Amino acid sequence: MTSDKELDPNRRDFLGLATAAVGAVGVAGACWPFISSMNPSKDIKATSTSTADLASIPPGKSHTVEWQGKPVFVVHRTDEQIAAMEAKVSSIDPQQDKERVQQPQWLVVVGICTHLGCVPNRTSAGWSCPCHGSMYDNSGRVVRGPAPKNLIVPHYEFVSESKIIIGKA
Amino acid sequence: MIKKAIGWVDERFPLTELVKHELTEYPVPKNLNYWWSFGFLAVFILALQLVSGIFLAMHYKPDAQLAFDSIQHIMRDVNYGWLIRYLHSTGATAFFAVIFIHIARTLYYGSYRRPRELLWWTGLGLLVLLMATAFMGYLLPWGQTSYWGAQVITSLFGTTPFYGEDIVRWLRGDFVVGDATLTRFFALHYLFPFIIIGGVVIHLVALHWVKSSNPSGITLNDRDNIPFHPYFTIKDLFGVGVFLIVFCGFVFFGPELLIEPNNNIAADPMQTPAHIVPEWYFLPFYTILRSIPDALGGVIAMSMSILIFAALPWLDRSTVPGGALYRPGYRVLVYLFFVDVLVLGYIGAKPPEGVFVVIGQIATFIYFGMFLLLPIVSSREGRHSREEGLPRQAERLIREEQEELLRREHYQARPPTVTPVARQRRDSKGRK
Repeated sequence: MTSDKELDPNRRDFLGLATAAVGAVGVAGACWPFISSMNPSKDIKATSTSTADLASIPPGKSHTVEWQGKPVFVVHRTDEQIAAMEAKVSSIDPQQDKERVQQPQWLVVVGICTHLGCVPNRTSAGWSCPCHGSMYDNSGRVVRGPAPKNLIVPHYEFVSESKIIIGKA
Repeated sequence: MIKKAIGWVDERFPLTELVKHELTEYPVPKNLNYWWSFGFLAVFILALQLVSGIFLAMHYKPDAQLAFDSIQHIMRDVNYGWLIRYLHSTGATAFFAVIFIHIARTLYYGSYRRPRELLWWTGLGLLVLLMATAFMGYLLPWGQTSYWGAQVITSLFGTTPFYGEDIVRWLRGDFVVGDATLTRFFALHYLFPFIIIGGVVIHLVALHWVKSSNPSGITLNDRDNIPFHPYFTIKDLFGVGVFLIVFCGFVFFGPELLIEPNNNIAADPMQTPAHIVPEWYFLPFYTILRSIPDALGGVIAMSMSILIFAALPWLDRSTVPGGALYRPGYRVLVYLFFVDVLVLGYIGAKPPEGVFVVIGQIATFIYFGMFLLLPIVSSREGRHSREEGLPRQAERLIREEQEELLRREHYQARPPTVTPVARQRRDSKGRK
């Protein structure tokens, strides 16, 4: 009698591999709910956006809004500040001022130093980080290291003239 | 490359040897039916419970103030939390269903008999551990049924003479089931599965020493054994597939069937629900507890209803191999016992009044009566079959196996071979 192997050497191998492959896909699929369960749950996601009221911020002043547990600086820039910022480009992480704002009088940046995560303090020229001395200008662009990058501009939208929603649900 | 790596490991750890001994060359009787797949299934469910349990523990809060709400949080907010919880709650039921079938198979085919007594006892130990784990896990949702179930079961220890009250207070860490009880139950519910894993390893070591029994009850020779892998890995995996179809049916279409509606009400120490029933897997034992009019007597009877299984290897005095296959008397006993357990379970779900009490007491009497009848039935059956002979099928099987054994002994009876080198050395020594 001839064995399976002699009749068709690849058939059994193919079936074996196909079964293993389908099984592997099944196991991977079964793993997904468990992995997914470790992602932020719906109640945490529900707090993933924050609203900032712009009407209460006078020109030249900055407010700090909590967003996803992090401070966000919302700055009402004066015309002089806007003019000064639009005139120059930073050298460490080159960026135009207009790339960083939606409306020039409103600057919205995440208040976490891109060096090692401290919260920078407000100065007249912008911000300075108390931890390692990084400096940022009034566009949130880094002007002195050791910070490697500009302050992050979060996703935000104007829902009206005087109200923004920071973050995406 | 892989060969080299395996070689490196083999030099330091018996990897290939282990795989050979426990899987690819581990002999299993070729006549095993699907009832023998339930051990593998039980291990599968243990793994499932362990994984789903650990992921639930990431979101659960073992605190009397927070526990109930954290379950709602898991059900509503956590991604796939509902799925993981239903897997775990349905898994508890599936675990008992599979283990009960596993035990029923052992009873029906007489697998507890010599030389598998230790295998049987470790299995019973695992059953007790499983019950303890399930009971403690059931308190964690902190619903009404959880709470009062725990209250009742911990109260059972109060029937201990002299020290009853002290023991109950020690178990609860409080005057009633409270926050302290919940937290310790959570800690132990997390610990026990790992002890169960240890027990399973011992159970498997014992199994691989005495090998699987088989439906005929006759120990088969090499000729009638086939390796575990691939033959039984495939067979058991097919069993897992069938199991998962049924299991997922419950998880996705009827998960609440197995959850007492009262348990969706947060625990209230001031108010017991009107009708309180334990989980289905405890019902037969619960009926035995209720059937004895004395509190301490009931607790003893309930404990005995499980412990008495340990005596089976001695109670079964038959000289006929195996279980029910070649023993009609034993078969009747086993079937009666199965029906009796079902009756006990049914009565356990009914309120303890009127005719149910009487039926429960009769069923309890029959339950223990079976164990008393077994020595008589089995020894008479043995005597009878010695006079009349076994069924022809069994006679033939035994004869064939004995012939095989004799043949093997004949070939092995030659004197142990001595290597030429050793012989030379021995000879030269002799000359000096």
